[in-house]
Amino acid sequence: MSQDVENIQMSYPLFRNDEYKENLANKQALYEERHPQDKIEEVFQWTTTEEYQKLNFEREALTVNPAKACQPLGAVLCALGFEKTLPYVHGSQGCVAYFRSYFNRHFKEPISCVSDSMTEDAAVFGGQKNMMAGLENAKALYKPDIIAVSTTCMAEVIGDDLNAFINNSKKEGYIEQDYPVPFAHTPSFVGSHTTGWDNMFEGMGRYFTLNHMEDKVVGSNGKINFVPGFETYLGNFRVIKRMMNEMGVDYSLLSDPSEVLDTPADGEFRMYSGGTTQAEIKDAPNAITTVLLQPWQLEKTKKLVQDTWHQKAPKLEIPMGLEWTDKFLMEISELTGKPIPKSLELERGRFVDMITDSHAWLHGKKFALYGDADFALGMTKFLLELGVEVTDVLVNHANKRWKKACEEVLKASPYGQSATVHIGCDLWHFRSLMFTNKPDFMIGNSYAKFIQRDTLHKGKEFEVPLIRLGFPIFDRHHLHRMTTLGYEGGMYMLTTLVNTVLEKLDDDTRGMGTTDYNHDLIR
Amino acid sequence: MAKLRQCAIYGKGGIGKSTTTQNLVAALAEQGHKVMIVGCDPKADSTRLILHAKAQNSIMQMASDAGSVEDLELEDVLKVGYKDIKCVESGGPEPGVGCAGRGVITAINFLEEEGAYTDDLNFVFYDVLGDVVCGGFAMPIRENKAQEIYIVCSGEMMAMYAANNIAKGIVKYANSGSVRLAGLICNSRQCAREDELIMELARKLGTTMIHFVPRDNVVQRAEIRRMTVIEYEPTAKQADEYRDLARKINENKNFIIPTPITMDELEDLLMEFGVMEEVDESIVGKTAAAEA
Repeated sequence: MSQDVENIQMSYPLFRNDEYKENLANKQALYEERHPQDKIEEVFQWTTTEEYQKLNFEREALTVNPAKACQPLGAVLCALGFEKTLPYVHGSQGCVAYFRSYFNRHFKEPISCVSDSMTEDAAVFGGQKNMMAGLENAKALYKPDIIAVSTTCMAEVIGDDLNAFINNSKKEGYIEQDYPVPFAHTPSFVGSHTTGWDNMFEGMGRYFTLNHMEDKVVGSNGKINFVPGFETYLGNFRVIKRMMNEMGVDYSLLSDPSEVLDTPADGEFRMYSGGTTQAEIKDAPNAITTVLLQPWQLEKTKKLVQDTWHQKAPKLEIPMGLEWTDKFLMEISELTGKPIPKSLELERGRFVDMITDSHAWLHGKKFALYGDADFALGMTKFLLELGVEVTDVLVNHANKRWKKACEEVLKASPYGQSATVHIGCDLWHFRSLMFTNKPDFMIGNSYAKFIQRDTLHKGKEFEVPLIRLGFPIFDRHHLHRMTTLGYEGGMYMLTTLVNTVLEKLDDDTRGMGTTDYNHDLIR
Repeated sequence: MAKLRQCAIYGKGGIGKSTTTQNLVAALAEQGHKVMIVGCDPKADSTRLILHAKAQNSIMQMASDAGSVEDLELEDVLKVGYKDIKCVESGGPEPGVGCAGRGVITAINFLEEEGAYTDDLNFVFYDVLGDVVCGGFAMPIRENKAQEIYIVCSGEMMAMYAANNIAKGIVKYANSGSVRLAGLICNSRQCAREDELIMELARKLGTTMIHFVPRDNVVQRAEIRRMTVIEYEPTAKQADEYRDLARKINENKNFIIPTPITMDELEDLLMEFGVMEEVDESIVGKTAAAEA
């Protein structure tokens, strides 16, 4: 049709020419049984009302855009953080293609992950044969040092027993007896991606430490362990390492995919790169303690740390924002006896300076947010520190205890008084809130761009701009390399927040001769 | 504290697994043991004689009512009955829909996570539906769960087929883990030379007939009252049979990897004992008309 090989156009603006307009109009009129535009408009307007919101929150049997992903996705990320480890999903192929592409789209990196392709016969006879051939082939082809096995729904519904299957594979010689194959059952229909991460980590910990505890002495290696949980900001792995290096604290970051998810384009494909070594995870019970960076998402890991490793695991919240980073560093200092160095004090000072510089623009602005439990709690705390009014916090997978904790954080600040915390809710609930509570901005992942579009459709004055913080971010580049933890993370988030506020202000005040009296050069 | 012993009871449907299990558990409790029963059957009839109830509210039913299993508390699903026996039913779907095996997996995971396996327990018994039919029904014999399996059978042909099939299932798990066959319990159907037959089957499987439970109407009389014989009529002769069974299980140390037999061997055995007649190959496939 009207494409020109010298000037290939994307659907936008191509579809704006008359030929396509007519074509699309015909398609809608003749084949799509589309409702009349005024009816669509009427229903749209109705979905923005308080009345609709009430019905929406009474919804029982349907989830629309759940604001979470499934367990094996998390298990794969956890496995990627270990050195020369191949994530292996026992189950159907399509699931694993999804995990790979989901991470591809976020990290813009190839993701190495295999499945053992269970099909109809495996569903009937059980997947042991797939496991045996899969382990043998995966090891021969990709030469990993560890194969980390998780499961999809299919294997879970028919009740495949990973422990038995893996042992049988070893017994029958498909892989060597001492070849490490840690595993975790990760039924997708239970919990979320953060549960899957937690389960896989527990599986790793169990495999490498459970039967080797006799010679372990808490504190004997002088290190602090850090367990990140489901973490997709690569800068967060780096900032923890930097802060510990500056403090002179010896540490183990248990699961660190920051290399393999950020490989250089220098002509060499790296299937494996960096990651926590086997030596480190084996040595983990000898550490002074283990710090869970996302404690609400690491309940099984916490049990492993306390019951098997016999470490206390200090009660800390996610080190996000000012106060919780302070608490984090002070706790590390107390545990190790190492003082907080000048460099970090200086960094903190700069961060506080930035907060005060931007305060006038953020004070009293209304924000709503959603995301994973620990991220959402940390973000809430940080927004309150900035003087931002929080209207709604929404997390799908969080429990009642988390809700209470989040409400307490909100209650303690004058900026949190009118906030509501929603658990077990999805993005369709969140959409309603954006219309009725009309915050100035919302914080979330890429999926909320459609909510922004919808709010704009109601009218320019109803538009709620999206600030992309969270996971996944598919439609902006390189944000996954940023940092949200520590003072450094606070600086990035503050910069993002305040500049979005200022951009919005510029956007509102650039009407020539109408609003440009406030279109200032200096903000 | 003695080490917790976890036992699974398998057997053909209708053979009397639930009745035998509950009477056995009642006898163990009477002898001072702390016991929990986990019913792994969608019918949820594994605890009614202990609780004097029609059918206990099952984990899956309550999870389905509450929205998800995460909304349940242990005290919602764990009931205490005769002699402090703890009772749980996994439950499952109506016939024809859903997946009962997954129900068993979900239920047992829930019990583990909620800490139902307390230190004071001496025994946990899993009463499992019919044959080992899918991965879900093998859940009770996975690593770190039941390590002893008892098969309830009788001298009927199909019961013995089932027992041999269950033994095949056990071999799969025994080779990779520590689950073992601990014996056959013969729940008598009053067939001729039943005890000898089951003893011979047990020998071929590499195990023993741990006890021969005779048939006695008092079991039915107690059952109508939703009671075990132990509780209903402690002086009955049958109560002593269950006490005997309980004592033997308590003292049992004979845990083996079974050696299931082929169909031909099983048929030979059945013919030897006259349970099955030798097939006359010349009449196979002949209609009545052709024979006339």
